[in-house]
Amino acid sequence: MSAREAVLKRIRMSLKVTDDENRKRTVAARLTEPPRGVIPARSQVDHDKRIALFVAMAEKAAATTERLASTDAIPQAVARYLRDRNLPAAIRHGDDPILSALTWDGTQLRVGHGAAADSDTAALSRATVGIAETGSLVLLSGRDNPTTLNFMPEAHIVVLRASDIVGDLETAWGRLRHIAGRGRLPRNVNLITGPSRSGDIQQTMLMGAHGPRDLHILVVG
Amino acid sequence: MDVRTPHFKDNARGAMADASLQEALTHIRRGFIDKRARAVDALPEFEALRDSSKAIKDHTLAHLDLYLEAFIERAEAAGSVVHIAETAADARDTIIGICREAGAKRITKGKSMISEEIDLNTHLAEAGFVPVETDLGEYIVQLRNETPSHIIAPAVHVTRDRIEQDFREKHRGLDPDRDLSDPKELLAEARTMLRGEYLAADVGLTGANFLIAETGSSVIVTNEGNGDLTQTLAPVHIVLASLDKLVPTLEDASQILRLLGRSATGQDMTVYTTFSTGPRRADDPDGPAACHVVILDNGRSSMLGTDYQDMLRCIRCGACMNHCPVYHEIGGHAYGWVYPGPMGAVLTPALVGVDQGGHLPNASTLCGRCEEVCPMKIPLPGMMRSWRRDEFERHLSPATVRWGLGVWAFFARRPRLYQAATRLAMRILGNLGARRGHLRRLPLAGGWTAERDLPAPAGATFQEQWAERERRR
Repeated sequence: MSAREAVLKRIRMSLKVTDDENRKRTVAARLTEPPRGVIPARSQVDHDKRIALFVAMAEKAAATTERLASTDAIPQAVARYLRDRNLPAAIRHGDDPILSALTWDGTQLRVGHGAAADSDTAALSRATVGIAETGSLVLLSGRDNPTTLNFMPEAHIVVLRASDIVGDLETAWGRLRHIAGRGRLPRNVNLITGPSRSGDIQQTMLMGAHGPRDLHILVVG
Repeated sequence: MDVRTPHFKDNARGAMADASLQEALTHIRRGFIDKRARAVDALPEFEALRDSSKAIKDHTLAHLDLYLEAFIERAEAAGSVVHIAETAADARDTIIGICREAGAKRITKGKSMISEEIDLNTHLAEAGFVPVETDLGEYIVQLRNETPSHIIAPAVHVTRDRIEQDFREKHRGLDPDRDLSDPKELLAEARTMLRGEYLAADVGLTGANFLIAETGSSVIVTNEGNGDLTQTLAPVHIVLASLDKLVPTLEDASQILRLLGRSATGQDMTVYTTFSTGPRRADDPDGPAACHVVILDNGRSSMLGTDYQDMLRCIRCGACMNHCPVYHEIGGHAYGWVYPGPMGAVLTPALVGVDQGGHLPNASTLCGRCEEVCPMKIPLPGMMRSWRRDEFERHLSPATVRWGLGVWAFFARRPRLYQAATRLAMRILGNLGARRGHLRRLPLAGGWTAERDLPAPAGATFQEQWAERERRR
């Protein structure tokens, strides 16, 4: 008997059950129609309040935010942010259609493409969804927004369309199922809430552990 | 890891005499208790989420075989290789096999309590590999050749001064006059040291906070981002998780995530919550080329259907130990195995046997704070009582305890004799303590009175006083 069979058998013995049709139907039903559970009321608000809540929660988690009228304003906002933080005039991003369409001519920034290298100091990504309840960003792995960009550089700048901000995590899953298909996810779904930190030295939170020291969110539209 | 739990009493005595440990333990209140209370108070739905999350885990455990099958099917469809390990040795052999196959040398590791449970680092090193812990707390503990003393704050027992000493001693080749007085400088130095490790690693191993049956995903929750660099930069990702990490769906994980950060560190949401499903896809520019998921049983399937099944709801937030008066006094190492605090006092006997772990459920005043703060509503004090009963029934309790309980039971079953004996005892103790109002020494209870005085009894038993009151009415 394989380990898999042995463990399954032992679970059934301990629970005093068999893999009967009733139990299978219960499980299949939950997997295809997941119940939503308890959703905090504070996230169930209209569009404008949702954006305000997202910004407030992201800032509570020590991210910084900036509101832009359109995607055209992104390159200048990125250049300004790097200059203000005294960071090198260089940025890297993936093949995301919104980011690929940007023109950087007026910024004097060095623009790289693709996955992050250890020498990168700042990266630009686009979040697929923002979650107002906690101020979290949802980033998906792939060519459009390589995962290493989220973690390796010291500064991470993330573009989020205001129309992509949802109230709660459960609504975000609904959107991802629409994009990736039911029961499937890309290699990584990264929920990011503020910049990296550690509380491991005397239980005091210090910013900038292994990931970015700064997380800046550009809310567009 | 050796089970040192049978030496619990000596361990605890040593811990209470350790000045550096006692200083380190003072950070628990500010670091955990107050922050948790603020976060919980700020979420009106917290109680409703506790009920909802408990129901999710109870449902999952009742259908664990089927959710395990669903997880395996979905994870394999996404390209992961799933390995089921019945014992700690099986899990170690599987992982060592994967590392050999990959031609690996250096193995970076995200935080995993299951890795501690199976003593993975020792075995990896013996097999010729170099395991490197990347969570800052775990890294400090590894530098010191120690084990974690807390499930979410592994180095909670180490003061800043000691960490500075360790870094100066172990980080060779750096300027010996560098300033490390600020904790920020310690963090920056660890960041630099570990960045090289991520890039050089052949295998990255992480634990899992959840395994999601719906998608075949594993989930890790970290504040540092170390788990993400570990699993993204190495060519092979190994997930090591125990059976009880399964939940049915993304929605179910979301319910529990709302409790986890708040209960652990008082954060509404931990910084990085990462869902990983299979290896990198064909046109992904980064991520591991292979993904293995090792699921460990190690006795958990046998806990189902017993008095201890509820323990499998545990999400390892650490709230129980953060609020435990015993943990506050002795820290985590005194517990003698992997899991300290109230959750360890229940889980340790289940995993290593009550014959070895029996001291732990006895080292509790059953004050109930752990159950009050447990996000998953695990009846920890009740289960500690069950272990005491099991221990007694299996004749494992020490002779003096059994003798004492035997004497008490003899009198308790004979009410008249019981009343006569207690009457006599109260008279004598009442007289002895009448002058001072307290007793400094008691026969057979020298250990107890060494630290405190016993207030003198009133001279009559409760039953006598009650009867007297009734008469006067």
